[in-house]
Amino acid sequence: MTPEWIFGLAGVLAAAAPLLIAVIGETFSERAGVVNLSVNGAMLLAAMAGFAVAVRTGSLELGFLAGAVLGALMALVVAFASLTLRQSQVAVGLVLALLGRDLAYFLGNPFMGVPGPRVGALPIPVLKDLPVLGPLLFQQSPVVYISLITVALAWVWIFRTRPGLVLRGVGERPPAAFVRGVPVTRVRYGYAILGGALVGFAGAAYTLDLKGGWQGPISGIDGIGWIVLAITIFGGWHPVRGAFGALLFALLQWLSLVLQPSLPGIPSQVLNVAPFPLMIFALLLTNLGNTEWVQTALSRLPESSRRLALRVLRSLQVSPPAALGTVFEEE
Amino acid sequence: MKVEMRHIYKSFGPVRALQDVSLTVEAGTIHGLLGENGAGKTTLMKILSGYLRPDRGEILLDGKPVRFTSPAEGLRHGIGMLHQDPMDFPAMSVLDNFMMGHEGGFWLDRRGARRALQELARQFGFDLDPDVRVDHLTVGERQQLELLRLLWRGVRVLILDEPTTGISAPQKVRLFDTLRRLAGEGKTIIFVTHKLEEVEELCHRVTVLRQGHLAGEATPPYSPQRLIEMMFGRPLPMPERQPVPPGEPVLEIRNLVVGDHRLRLSRANLTVRSGEIIGLAGMEGSGQQLFMRACAGLVRPWEGSIRVRGKDLTGKPYHAFLEAGVLFVPANRLEEGLIPGLTLTEHFQLVYPNGRYLIDWEQARAEAQRRIRDFSIRGKPETVVEALSGGNQQRTLLALIRTPAHLLLLEHPTRGLDVESSMWVWRRLKERAQEGTALMVISSDLQELMQYCDRIIVFFSGRISEPIPTEELTLDRLGHMIAGRGW
Repeated sequence: MTPEWIFGLAGVLAAAAPLLIAVIGETFSERAGVVNLSVNGAMLLAAMAGFAVAVRTGSLELGFLAGAVLGALMALVVAFASLTLRQSQVAVGLVLALLGRDLAYFLGNPFMGVPGPRVGALPIPVLKDLPVLGPLLFQQSPVVYISLITVALAWVWIFRTRPGLVLRGVGERPPAAFVRGVPVTRVRYGYAILGGALVGFAGAAYTLDLKGGWQGPISGIDGIGWIVLAITIFGGWHPVRGAFGALLFALLQWLSLVLQPSLPGIPSQVLNVAPFPLMIFALLLTNLGNTEWVQTALSRLPESSRRLALRVLRSLQVSPPAALGTVFEEE
Repeated sequence: MKVEMRHIYKSFGPVRALQDVSLTVEAGTIHGLLGENGAGKTTLMKILSGYLRPDRGEILLDGKPVRFTSPAEGLRHGIGMLHQDPMDFPAMSVLDNFMMGHEGGFWLDRRGARRALQELARQFGFDLDPDVRVDHLTVGERQQLELLRLLWRGVRVLILDEPTTGISAPQKVRLFDTLRRLAGEGKTIIFVTHKLEEVEELCHRVTVLRQGHLAGEATPPYSPQRLIEMMFGRPLPMPERQPVPPGEPVLEIRNLVVGDHRLRLSRANLTVRSGEIIGLAGMEGSGQQLFMRACAGLVRPWEGSIRVRGKDLTGKPYHAFLEAGVLFVPANRLEEGLIPGLTLTEHFQLVYPNGRYLIDWEQARAEAQRRIRDFSIRGKPETVVEALSGGNQQRTLLALIRTPAHLLLLEHPTRGLDVESSMWVWRRLKERAQEGTALMVISSDLQELMQYCDRIIVFFSGRISEPIPTEELTLDRLGHMIAGRGW
């Protein structure tokens, strides 16, 4: 018999799946130097629109497609405003985040509580019968499989292919990439739009898979987009680390639910918000090695232990793509 | 490949950067491009490499006219440029930098690239670790990496923009040997510089630019007098050494030990007297920056004491050093010294406020006007600092130094400046010394240190030499010492 906690962890994987996809999307965009702050609005809008399209057409595929297209369009607006019109990415992104949310609630009214199609579990033959791993990994919905494959593909793309190397270069130092013959602006557009499409897809996954249906403001999707932005930073713009961040967050949320009955002394509200400060704490830990006092303290240690401590800290440390959010003008 | 640029014009808004400039470079030669800052050298080379497009004029390669719209096309025609500020990716590994922009298949061939890099490095005697991050390299090594990368891409024309800025003496020797060898193999080398002695040492022919115009050409044997006249339109007087009799001790350092997470400096003892100029020599990152920042009160020493005019300031905060008359002028003009976005008037108001709460802008403007005149800054009171040229930014920094100062700490005060501006800066510094200020100067230009300093302290990977009186030093010995030999 499969123990209870395995189903719990399988639930964590399912809950983390849209987060993973959105984090990878934002990672691509920011690696190319475009900070897309509209994620929260884009996800809500895509969740609503994806569900609406699926209800009207009866096709889940069209629903996901609609979500991805909407996300890509929002990203295109941010990219156009910043790359072509040279406006502030932050301002445009923030306005779109608010606009997307309000539009989703307003236009989504007719679809509130309407029954609609939902992605079911797709157990994988043979693998599903493995002990522990079977129920954990291979009796999930296709969205979970897609999310894990996306993370792996993103890693391969960024670190093992030539276009991935170019992507890293563009985010690091656009003029240097330009000198080496890279069409910087075109590359930035491309990844911003790809990232937006992934974010939109993730949004649609909430209504078409995880939550099943559109409930308006009580859908519980509002705020996820901001967490996605935080996890992207926590993950140091690295797909695998970002995936860990997303899983950690989903795990913390699940724990806060599981632990509620056994911790009666703590108000449930405290447990509900606990994942958020814990994420901030994790973020602090990763950047500890950058602070001067830590480095000064370390420099007094004997050589061998200093080396070790430095290596641990350095492996945790992340540095953002240096050209994040900057404007680059090709002559 | 023979390179011809004919009647090139280029303007940036109202500024005419180049007017009717022509240049012919034969294959297999090293061609110098000489001129002071702002003469248009870099602009001309950016046009040749495809980074900028000319307003008028044509470019011919081996007699065939070409037109580039991007550096990619320049590269495809075999033209590669080493930019003054290395155009690389500091946060990425040497190997990734080497591969970036190289044509090839979809998958990265790390092994092949590593082999190519090691093979090229061996050929030229460079020592580059493929797995180190580029921001851990010295400027000279970053330049070597860029050079190898361009050769791997198969460039036939190599443009080097002020390549000797910030590199060590042995690295310079190696660079020059490499360039001679490449020219011998038939590559066309264009060497941009504002230093006469480099032209004399290296170039088969030189073209001089002055304020966007072609000033003339010369072949060896060069007459320095003639080249200076072409660069500036008139001869420049050479400064004379006149030692200032040292006065009271201003800075007393006893048993000082400083360090950071990378480097721990050896124990230092030093007394600097008023009117003295102390030079700090060493390769970038040998510890001189750390030492100077400790003297400025920006880095807390681990051991030892710092006294300024008899007052113990050990471990005191920066503003206590400021109050004691210790002033620090950092090298990164725009990053640490000046505030981009603020005008000259606003900068002067930050240092010399003319009111406690409210600023009298009319008076502020007049004061700024006066300082601009005093320090011959080419700019207006309402000019924002980033719009000034490097030389004028440096003048602004000097104008911002509070008076009176007892100890002035300057990091690379003349880096990137042309001969005339450097001489102006040093004249100013000498005046301060004669007024009784003690000076400590970091510079990678050894000749400059030899010429102006009374004593020189050499740094080599954390080791600090005794202060050596300049009369007892030769340029050669100094060059050996900063490379770690002859201690």
